[in-house]
Amino acid sequence: MLNIFEVSETNKMIEQENLDVRTITLGISLLDCIDSDLDKLNEKIYGKITMLAKELVSTGNDIEKEFGIPIVNKRISVTPIALVGGAACKAPEDFVSIAKTLDKAAKEVGVNFIGGYSALVSKGMTSADENLIKSIPEALAVTERVCSSVNVGSTKTGLNMDAVRLMGEMVLKTAECTKEADSLGCAKLVVFCNAPDDNPFMAGAFHGVTEADAIINVGVSGPGVVRTALTKVRGENFEVLCETIKKTAFKVTRVGQLVAREASKRLGIPFGIIDLSLAPTPAIGDSVADILQEIGLERVGAPGTTAALALLNDQVKKGGVMASSYVGGLSGAFIPVSEDQGMIDSVTAGALTIEKLEAMTCVCSVGLDMIAVPGDTKASTIAGIIADEAAIGMVNQKTTAVRIIPVIGKGVGETVEFGGLLGYAPIMPVNSFSCEAFINRGGRIPAPIHSFKN
Amino acid sequence: MKKSIITVVGKDTVGIIARVCTYLADNRINILDISQTIVQGYFNMMMIVDTSAAEKEYGRCADELEELGNRIGVQIKMQREDIFNSMHRI
Repeated sequence: MLNIFEVSETNKMIEQENLDVRTITLGISLLDCIDSDLDKLNEKIYGKITMLAKELVSTGNDIEKEFGIPIVNKRISVTPIALVGGAACKAPEDFVSIAKTLDKAAKEVGVNFIGGYSALVSKGMTSADENLIKSIPEALAVTERVCSSVNVGSTKTGLNMDAVRLMGEMVLKTAECTKEADSLGCAKLVVFCNAPDDNPFMAGAFHGVTEADAIINVGVSGPGVVRTALTKVRGENFEVLCETIKKTAFKVTRVGQLVAREASKRLGIPFGIIDLSLAPTPAIGDSVADILQEIGLERVGAPGTTAALALLNDQVKKGGVMASSYVGGLSGAFIPVSEDQGMIDSVTAGALTIEKLEAMTCVCSVGLDMIAVPGDTKASTIAGIIADEAAIGMVNQKTTAVRIIPVIGKGVGETVEFGGLLGYAPIMPVNSFSCEAFINRGGRIPAPIHSFKN
Repeated sequence: MKKSIITVVGKDTVGIIARVCTYLADNRINILDISQTIVQGYFNMMMIVDTSAAEKEYGRCADELEELGNRIGVQIKMQREDIFNSMHRI
């Protein structure tokens, strides 16, 4: 039988260490909404989302109350819109009308984000893909809750450098279109390599075409819990350190698994996966950077950071995998800058640079995330940063992503405030040497060879 | 049977258990087990209860217990047992 110490341990994690379920994301396939008439398409999309997600928020709230565990976000991901809108949309403006429909549906059912305004162009772009990508700046400017992502490469196909170049331009244009709000649009736009089909986390969530009609995916969190556990093993060797992270990740993930099963049962929608990610928030004590510092770094960015992060990421997976029947999504440690107070402090202190962050992305779950750069950064430079990150993902057979915000009208030394879970960020300097001739070559970078690994 | 855990944490005072138990009896929530300690003057109680005969909605009972706690000056939570089992039992 349960004892009082176990019960108070769990409640202490929830009350003092920010243990929560970060998101219940309902994935919805829109493939059966496809129509060559744009109005009909919009009508069907709105109808299907509002029907399936009608109970999502209230069910999430009920579970939260009954189990006493906060469920921070309830969200929706849909089939990449470039596929859904291809038959009806002949121009970028047509796609924008779908973005508005998604926004309206999200507001109707009460979710705070809806992901899937996406195109998968790892090898080539159809005209629909290209139109969707060109519509992203306007779509993100005229909507509030829509999130967009574009997959520009994979280990199997190589990198679509035409798409990389285009995305460099679109990131900058999105920043321009939302400059009144400190270029907030870019916080809702992710460029992926090896994008997973079942990621529940925004802004990169979409419902892959290999998925069922509807599915429940859950993202757990708990950096504060891991950090607190590590304060008890200060000075111990790596074996003890790793065991502690593993056990804690197990406990955190079991709560996610419970919530996912419960949500799936109550909504009558199958359970997909648990995403094991350690997702920080700007709240004090809810920081991945703090864990790295507890492991023994003075600041994130100091020598040893990449090794510490590699260890953390691996132990989180090892502990989490046993706690859940199906694991997927991005599963690892997120290292966004603006959403993590410890990261912000490290940047401000001059310990952490974009180059070090790039090295860290080789061993963590995603990539360069929520990084604010000067507004006068060139499109080709942004494309170069995307290409570098995508190359890391392609060669290492992992998901990588770039969510970078060129803040129009601001420069290095200034800060930008996004608010809420998106936090705030100091603007980081970017290497100013040009890669324009490289980016303008056009075409594709071939897929890497998979044998002769040495 | 739907088991839940009620935790009561706060400064010790006269009648905490009595008032919590009265509420539970009034709402047909059956107590299966109680354990209680006092650590440095702080009252710490855990009850295992069965809510299957309760007429009120679960969320409402949880809210009312919380309010009762606010009146007595302690923190009262009622949560389904599953969250603790999933975390501490394989």
